[in-house]
Amino acid sequence: MSALSRTARIATKTGLHAVPTALGIVMLSFVLLQFAPGDAVDVLAGEAGSATAEGMAEMRARFGLDRPVIEQLWTYLSNLAHGNLGWSPRYNMPVSQLIWERVPDSLILAGSALVLALVIGIALGAVMAAYEGRAVDRIFSVLSLVFYSVPGFWIGLMLIVLFSIKLGWLPSGGAETIGSSATGLAALLDKLRYMVLPVISLALLYVAVYSRLTRVSMIEAKAQDFVRTARAKGLSEGRILLRHVLRNALIPVTTVAGMHVGGMLGGSVVIETIYGWPGLGRLAYEAVMGRDFGVLLGILLFSSLLVIFANALVDIVHGLLDPRVGGRDAAV
Amino acid sequence: MPPYNPGAALRDSAQESVPQPDFSEVVVALPGVVVPYAPMAPAPRARRGVGRRILSVGARNPLVLVGVAILAFMSIIGLLAPLLFPGDPLAIVGEPFLWPGADGAHPLGTDSLGRDLLAGIAHGASISLRVGIAATAIGLLIGVSIGAIAGYFGGWTDAVLSRLIEIFQTLPNFVMLVVVVAIAQPSIVTLSVAIAIVTWPGVARLARAEFRTIRERDFVMAARSLGFGPARIILSEILPSALPPIIVTASMMVASAILMESALSFMGLGDPNVVSWGSMIGSGREYLRTAWYMCALPGFAIMLTVLALNLIGDALNEILNPRNNEGPR
Repeated sequence: MSALSRTARIATKTGLHAVPTALGIVMLSFVLLQFAPGDAVDVLAGEAGSATAEGMAEMRARFGLDRPVIEQLWTYLSNLAHGNLGWSPRYNMPVSQLIWERVPDSLILAGSALVLALVIGIALGAVMAAYEGRAVDRIFSVLSLVFYSVPGFWIGLMLIVLFSIKLGWLPSGGAETIGSSATGLAALLDKLRYMVLPVISLALLYVAVYSRLTRVSMIEAKAQDFVRTARAKGLSEGRILLRHVLRNALIPVTTVAGMHVGGMLGGSVVIETIYGWPGLGRLAYEAVMGRDFGVLLGILLFSSLLVIFANALVDIVHGLLDPRVGGRDAAV
Repeated sequence: MPPYNPGAALRDSAQESVPQPDFSEVVVALPGVVVPYAPMAPAPRARRGVGRRILSVGARNPLVLVGVAILAFMSIIGLLAPLLFPGDPLAIVGEPFLWPGADGAHPLGTDSLGRDLLAGIAHGASISLRVGIAATAIGLLIGVSIGAIAGYFGGWTDAVLSRLIEIFQTLPNFVMLVVVVAIAQPSIVTLSVAIAIVTWPGVARLARAEFRTIRERDFVMAARSLGFGPARIILSEILPSALPPIIVTASMMVASAILMESALSFMGLGDPNVVSWGSMIGSGREYLRTAWYMCALPGFAIMLTVLALNLIGDALNEILNPRNNEGPR
């Protein structure tokens, strides 16, 4: 069974999977949003402070907000089938453009946090499992439990107090120096300075999750027969831990990490708010507050497709980590 | 007993023979992220009674006692807040911007309007714990019901409900939370319901996996052959056996609900008529530069409470996890 055909099959399965999920999300959101008091025109009129009833009715007609719900849903779905996410009355631009503008910053934040959390979490978990029951294990276990219990927004604020206000090392918010004309390496370094604190705030919880999961999985794997076999073959303890035990433990960790991709985008609302990071989470929040539901739906769709894509990626990684996964699928 | 292994439900079709860790799935922590929870590794393998195991867990892991003490302290403070700090904690009682320790009348200082921080934290304890417990109760009710039905009946019912669970888990939770709170007027009740709406899928998944395993066991077959109806088998035969991992999950759910409530209140989406730890941090944020204690203190209270609940959850996992009763595998 070649890795290529396995990948192709996963891609097909993912594609088939994405359509009903997307449909379900659109319909669920439409039903939910019908209960929300007020619409985008109400909010805009409230902000402008000088709207006439005729003007508001005209705006509603222009954006189709005066149509029956079923008709709105149908219009949305048929637009979606043509790859059109609609128009945002609030920002007065196409929803897809609005989302694409935020995607890079969002992905940079969530991606860096995920990678950082995986690296540190797996390393911590491996150390804890190697020293199971000893002082190192106990100290790290308590530490990871503390990471697990800290509210992300609070640690974000405390990091600002320490590193921005007291020490003055890092900026307290924003995504890059405004008006900076730096290019190349200087621009990258500038960006990194702004990323450090939000990435740490977002990653902390996941460091805890991955380290604990790695620890448990490795301790489980150590008791398996193949480890005994490896030891009987005379492999060194370090090699057994890395090549056999850790490799097995990576399967649950990657599964869970795949599930976190969507949560990281949506869950970063609070972190993005604290650091003024121009990401999708913040845009989703503003969309809810402004009753700009087309934007919200677009973000929900985008993030759920990302989750489905990440799960497919995890499936492929599993095939690489454990040959049995591929073999089993081939038999199905 | 079959190993308690909800992890297998994650990818059950792909890799049954791959060793799976037992991580009871919980919706935890960072507002709105579904996080399968990795408990401490099961330690004792010997067959012992629950009472003995409680003692041995307490002896081996004294931190649990710290957790119980913190939680008891917070509960008492929360319950007695109206007596200890009578009057509205949102009322102005003194000079603003008093640092902790600067004035004996306000040991933890005052905020930008001159409201007592200690009184706020005490009253906030009550709100946090109430929302945490109410949200968990509602979430358990929805999650266990749906998981039980999906796991017990299987087939089409399971396919439809599993897809529903999947859709809810795919949606970014905190965004969903904001949507639900924006629809309903924020109050303690609506906050609890909103949190339950985003946390039930985790429990449902766990309950589904448990019910799927247990329904194949002999005593369930026996009950079925005696002519018991599905409702009776689900409630009085399977549910008791499925409870241990659900109880472990519940303590973590309270912790995550407290974190979600604090994040919502921090964003200004909490109940505006009560003082909560999150709203205290939110209103102190503007003065971070000069008076960071306004944010630090309530956040510390959140961290302690959530840590206590997670410590207790870890211990519960060691005590209740049925796998601990098995001999070496």
